Amino acid sequence: MFSKKIVLHFPSNLVDKPIISKLAKDYDLEFNILKALVNPKEEGLMVLELIGDRKHYDRAIEYLKKEKVKVQNLDKDIKRNDKKCVHCGLCAGVCPSGALEVDTQSMEIVFTDDKCIACEMCVKVCPYKAMEVNF
Amino acid sequence: MAKTIAEINAKIKKGQVVVVTAEEMIDIVKKKGTKSAAEEVDVVTTGTFGPMCSSGAYLNVGHAKPKIKLGGGSATLNGVEAYAGFAAVDIYIGATALSKDDPKNKVYPGAFSYGGAHVIEELVSGKDIVLEGTAYGTDCYPSKGIKTLINIKDINEAVLFNPRNIYQNYNIAVNLSDKPIYTYMGTLLPKLGNANYCSAGQLSPFLNDPFYRTIGIGTKIFLGGGIGYVAWWGTQHNPSAPRAENGTTLVPAGTAAVIGDLKQMSDKWLKGVSFLGYGVTLSVGIGVPIPILDEEMAKFTAVSDKEITASIVDYSKAYPQGIAESLGRASYAELKSGKIQVQGKEIRTGGISSYVKAKEIAEELKQWISKGKFSLTEPVAFFPGRDSGYKFKPLPIRQPKGGE
Repeated sequence: MFSKKIVLHFPSNLVDKPIISKLAKDYDLEFNILKALVNPKEEGLMVLELIGDRKHYDRAIEYLKKEKVKVQNLDKDIKRNDKKCVHCGLCAGVCPSGALEVDTQSMEIVFTDDKCIACEMCVKVCPYKAMEVNF
Repeated sequence: MAKTIAEINAKIKKGQVVVVTAEEMIDIVKKKGTKSAAEEVDVVTTGTFGPMCSSGAYLNVGHAKPKIKLGGGSATLNGVEAYAGFAAVDIYIGATALSKDDPKNKVYPGAFSYGGAHVIEELVSGKDIVLEGTAYGTDCYPSKGIKTLINIKDINEAVLFNPRNIYQNYNIAVNLSDKPIYTYMGTLLPKLGNANYCSAGQLSPFLNDPFYRTIGIGTKIFLGGGIGYVAWWGTQHNPSAPRAENGTTLVPAGTAAVIGDLKQMSDKWLKGVSFLGYGVTLSVGIGVPIPILDEEMAKFTAVSDKEITASIVDYSKAYPQGIAESLGRASYAELKSGKIQVQGKEIRTGGISSYVKAKEIAEELKQWISKGKFSLTEPVAFFPGRDSGYKFKPLPIRQPKGGE
């Protein structure tokens, strides 16, 4: 079973179309929506995890691109600026997915980006503004 | 055999001094015992890097032509309000100061993206800062307004002066309520969602000198990457706090006021930080050398995270209402494992003070001393101690006569 977390950007003309339901109906994929919002310009943004057969996944991504939905990998979107991070650990206390955890030997904070669900809790609580969002 | 600070300084001069960090001292004492450790080790270095709101810097910006008297008028630095109630061109920028335009917590929780601490960080980094000031004008200081760029390398004095720093132990903050709260201890998730703590534990200065035997007024320290001094005991110094058998305090206790030349410091060790819904504060890097005068100091500096505990406090009710209530205790070893138990629930921990940076500071100070760049000082006077009767007092409210 293949699974991947991705970020979708919908142009305003697609916001009212049932795109995601097709991923389940036509491509047999399970989806778990981690975040969804529509901005004042009526462009949509969705962070979701897709689970299913790899071939189905690839075809679904082709379909999304054909519909002019911009597809990005999630791990490119939440980044740690290592120049700003002081490894205090405030983020580790609020990270719900375990993507930010303390290494109990070095006491450094380890960021495992494939565990990240882009909830942005770390972005809000980091006093050093070391966690950056690039949606 | 007891050692004196003068003897240690002679060893530093000759390049024969033995310096270890407070972390390294734990193993040394474990292997060799306090007696031989005290003979072998001359200095133990400590370190801490965390936010301290009671921080700030005073500047003398120099006299423009014509002259202006900011004293009794107003001054801002990059739009952030500075205190101008001194002589003509002395101003003090506090870490938590904000600009008049900051929405603060009107949009809750406020972002507090720029304040006095950020001004200090930018000043230290060598950036130009916008000074704006107003004055009422006098015969000797006729100017009524000023707007100019200033730079740390051009102004007369820039001095970091923190009325309170290096807290001896701190609380563990949790939230028992059913909504998130935004505090100086970070964002606390509802129903014991997380626990935040703030001390370098076994590396923290006063946890290694619990009775203030060697740290006193005049002690030379690593401050913000430069050399600073302990100026006085810190505000809210509370030496009579309850203690464990090893001397470490069970609650926040001793503090120090520190001072040093900002021009020598670095933005690596002074960082403006923003706490969501709370405000702006300054993270300050401090390292304090502890002379191993005798076996007792060897014993104190060998204290480890397992032997230091902190009190778990509810920041949704007990802390804001001033209710002395503890939900239990956890050791720094437990806190640093990433999880602690509170009321039978396992909860994630988050550090506020950076142990990684504290260690780097202790290491750097060790290098300074080993290379003969930094000598130790004898305190000029000692802090009020455990039996002094000196206490941290609350503020009882009394109505002024004729007031509302």
